[in-house]
Amino acid sequence: MIRFAAITVTVLFAASSSGLRAEAPLGTWVRDAQKRVVKIYGAGGLKGLEAYQSGFLVSPDGHIATAWSYVLDVEPVVLLDDGRRFESKIVGFEPSLELAVLKIEATDTPFFELSEEPTVDWGDPVIAVSNLFNIATGNEPASVMQGTVASVTELNARRGTFKTPYRGEVLILDLIANNPGAAGGAVIDSDGKLAGMLGKELRDSTTGVWLNYAVPGNALRPTIGDIIAGRKTTVADSATATLPRKDSHNPNALGLVMVPDVLETTPAYIDTVATDSPAANASLRPDDLILLVNGQRVDSQRTLRSLLRTIDRRDDVELTVQRDTQILPVTLQP
Amino acid sequence: MIKQRISYFCSLFLLGVAILAGSPTSAAEPLKLDPAIEKVESGRIESVARAVPSAVSVFVPGGGGGGSGVMISSDGYALTNFHVSSPAGSFMRCGMSDGNVYDAVIVGIDPVGDLAMIRLLGRSDFPKAELGDSRAAEAGDWCMVIGNPFLLATNLKPTVTYGILSGVGRYQYPSGTLLEYGDCLQTDASVNPGNSGGPIYDADGKLLGIIGRCSFEKRGRVNVGVGYAISINQAKNFLGYLRSGRIVDHATLGATVSTEPDGGVVVSNILESSDAYRRGLRYGSEILEIDGRVVQTANDLQNVMATLPNGWRVKMSYRSEGKTVETLVRMMGVHLEDELLKKMSGALPPPPPRPQQPNPEDKDPDQKDKPEKDDNQPPQRAPRGQQTGKPPVKIPQEVKEQLAERKGFANYHFNLAEQNAFIGSLRNQFPANDSQTPVPAQGERKGWLIKGETQQTPSKPVIIQATTDKMSLQIGQTTFEIDKRSEMYDVVTDGSAAGLLPALDAWRRMLINGPRKFGESYYLGTMPLGGERPLRDVMVGIAGELEVRWLSHPDTGAVEAIEVFADRDEDPAELWILRNGDPKAMPNALDLRYGTDSILKIKVTSWEEVSASELEWSADNKNANNGGNLKLKKAVGAAQNTSRKNEVRA
Repeated sequence: MIRFAAITVTVLFAASSSGLRAEAPLGTWVRDAQKRVVKIYGAGGLKGLEAYQSGFLVSPDGHIATAWSYVLDVEPVVLLDDGRRFESKIVGFEPSLELAVLKIEATDTPFFELSEEPTVDWGDPVIAVSNLFNIATGNEPASVMQGTVASVTELNARRGTFKTPYRGEVLILDLIANNPGAAGGAVIDSDGKLAGMLGKELRDSTTGVWLNYAVPGNALRPTIGDIIAGRKTTVADSATATLPRKDSHNPNALGLVMVPDVLETTPAYIDTVATDSPAANASLRPDDLILLVNGQRVDSQRTLRSLLRTIDRRDDVELTVQRDTQILPVTLQP
Repeated sequence: MIKQRISYFCSLFLLGVAILAGSPTSAAEPLKLDPAIEKVESGRIESVARAVPSAVSVFVPGGGGGGSGVMISSDGYALTNFHVSSPAGSFMRCGMSDGNVYDAVIVGIDPVGDLAMIRLLGRSDFPKAELGDSRAAEAGDWCMVIGNPFLLATNLKPTVTYGILSGVGRYQYPSGTLLEYGDCLQTDASVNPGNSGGPIYDADGKLLGIIGRCSFEKRGRVNVGVGYAISINQAKNFLGYLRSGRIVDHATLGATVSTEPDGGVVVSNILESSDAYRRGLRYGSEILEIDGRVVQTANDLQNVMATLPNGWRVKMSYRSEGKTVETLVRMMGVHLEDELLKKMSGALPPPPPRPQQPNPEDKDPDQKDKPEKDDNQPPQRAPRGQQTGKPPVKIPQEVKEQLAERKGFANYHFNLAEQNAFIGSLRNQFPANDSQTPVPAQGERKGWLIKGETQQTPSKPVIIQATTDKMSLQIGQTTFEIDKRSEMYDVVTDGSAAGLLPALDAWRRMLINGPRKFGESYYLGTMPLGGERPLRDVMVGIAGELEVRWLSHPDTGAVEAIEVFADRDEDPAELWILRNGDPKAMPNALDLRYGTDSILKIKVTSWEEVSASELEWSADNKNANNGGNLKLKKAVGAAQNTSRKNEVRA
């Protein structure tokens, strides 16, 4: 009750400090937000996996923040609010935030600035902008929904029910924002500032309840900043020379036996780990998925092998692996 | 701006605070609201209060489910969804917030647009919704949905949910076989099964649209934050058609289009029999505007087309070979008539519940719930068990009196009423003007004698004579006579100036015979005249090979144009009747048009009904053949008609 009272006071203060119109449609403000939200099309389209999601621009040079998901398993196509269509590159991703940053060859794009501090608290009104259900196509503006931040909390207490590697704070929303295709959409506060990014669909595995949530913008800011500045890129550095086979690492020498490589892009799942190997020493396990090698994205076993070819066999190898819902950094010492 | 938004949001939040503050656990101190917030809140309360009375809760008699609706006229006409009315068939019961349940009868249905018009009986002073302008609505506008979700309104108190428009101008593909939602509204206000057919209002309580469907997918048949509404502007286009009691169809241009990579809607295929083709639209033409709306993508065009009824004629502009053409185009139907009826029966939910004999072999009484395929549709089904063991639905006498079955019609009763209104109005305007006996007395033969002059320089005198057996048109020294019905067909297909004779003949015969004896007649609905609003009432009469349409002004009832179609795939003869506004006064001028070209304009100086014996026919009336017809066409047509493409006629 004390909290309610305090908020009421704040609210009254805010209200009295402005001339209020009887009707305040969210029109231009919503439109501004829609222009910064993009439609992303990629892999999927089978078995209830939608081949689309949302994203939003975070730089004037065409950087786009979105959710890290299977949709990005192929180079995604991005449609801007004005209907322009771009091939995009994945310039960086952070599995523990379920965040990916794409880049399109566009300039002077409108974008959201990310705040260092949280912009919203519970009880604050927000707008969610996304292309849920892929309702908008071509140059049609993304869908907008309104509601309130119900709570700012961590999902740790629910670990095991909501399966996500993300461990930080989330904004729990009272609107039904997290629908198919909404992941990567923008949550906006009442100043029109970015409050967070809509997460992937999460469902309580026991009760079947769907969670509506967003990752706060300030939690994403450092990583997005690093990726845009090039300090943290997961793109393979083409300048790095491939070493002679005898001088470089390879999966076998590290003790990694991968699942059979039968597809063009077979995911880098570990099948077995050889005893007394660098992999065994680093406690890698079967079914671990290798996401990064020395910070560079591993989209297939082929990429894994070619990345290892660029590392001197006497050097350590830094891996990022996903084990169930955990994201683990691992160092392999030869 | 930002401050305003904050405070508005805050007021929303305060609503919650106020409720909580009112709970027993809170401090007893009364909450004082900022006047600005109070104003917003009381505005909202007023809007809800204004909107709720026109909301209708539809129930299928016998417990077969139901939905929602909205009252749009004080004499009981309400809109709902086709998929709500169809399980009920022709009779339903409707609750309103005044606490009364009214019997309702089906009026007209639009299976493609998922609209149905019903009429509630028993009052002439129903509270009605004020129609808004859905074209002016934008994403982010506050809105409310009022209706009967989960059939909760059995206490006759509709449910109000509040939210914003999430998107406008949305297109939702036909689900199943028929229902297409074009140019629709998307909202995050809660929409659940049972809200179907109900109103969505703007923040002022003006009607924005008719709720129709939601996205459900894997989360079950409950709201997931995405509801769709048919725009009220689309509904406005169809109101006249629905009032006709017909089963109505939507429009198509007769062409397919694609969006060019750098923008622009370009024709990729076109039917040569379409009016668009006759107006010069060709493969590669770029469509710029249709019915006053700019189109830039194929989706834009599809959105506009989905809101137009079959048979409408609207303005269109297109660019072809560097030239911009402004023209009028007549729409074709999406379906052939029988095709629509056939598809409809396939799309219909199971028939309304019938009395069920207890049948020991019927192991699964709920099986009839299963054929439903379309998860996008939220008609609320009756709870299990309610459908069995009910007495047969008895249609009250009052409803039966307003119900007439006929093929192609949802309820022919309402079409008859419109036909009667039409003939009443026709007999009450020039040249019949209140004559109680438009039928000539037995044996007395009368005819029209119209005199005037062509509106060209130099003008030529014109004399038109029209009797039941024989007609003539004399322009200057040229005379053309018709004394056989088949010649009427020929003059229209030839695009001849004599095409005004069949139009005048149809007018006379309709006056004398009335719609029932004229031929196959029906009231079509309303459509623009020459692409212009207001929408005109349209009466159709088919006699022999000719189909005639009368377009009358909705307020005065004055006939403004008579169109005579000889062949569906050719331009009709259009006789425009230009008046000073008073339907009882003699028309100033007659204007005969084919396509978009006026070929004969006559300034009328006198128009009399005379005894047939006073009329003079040319001594050698056998000059009235096709040779004379062609000569006349050249004599008159050549002077005014420059753009007409004669090769099309050849």
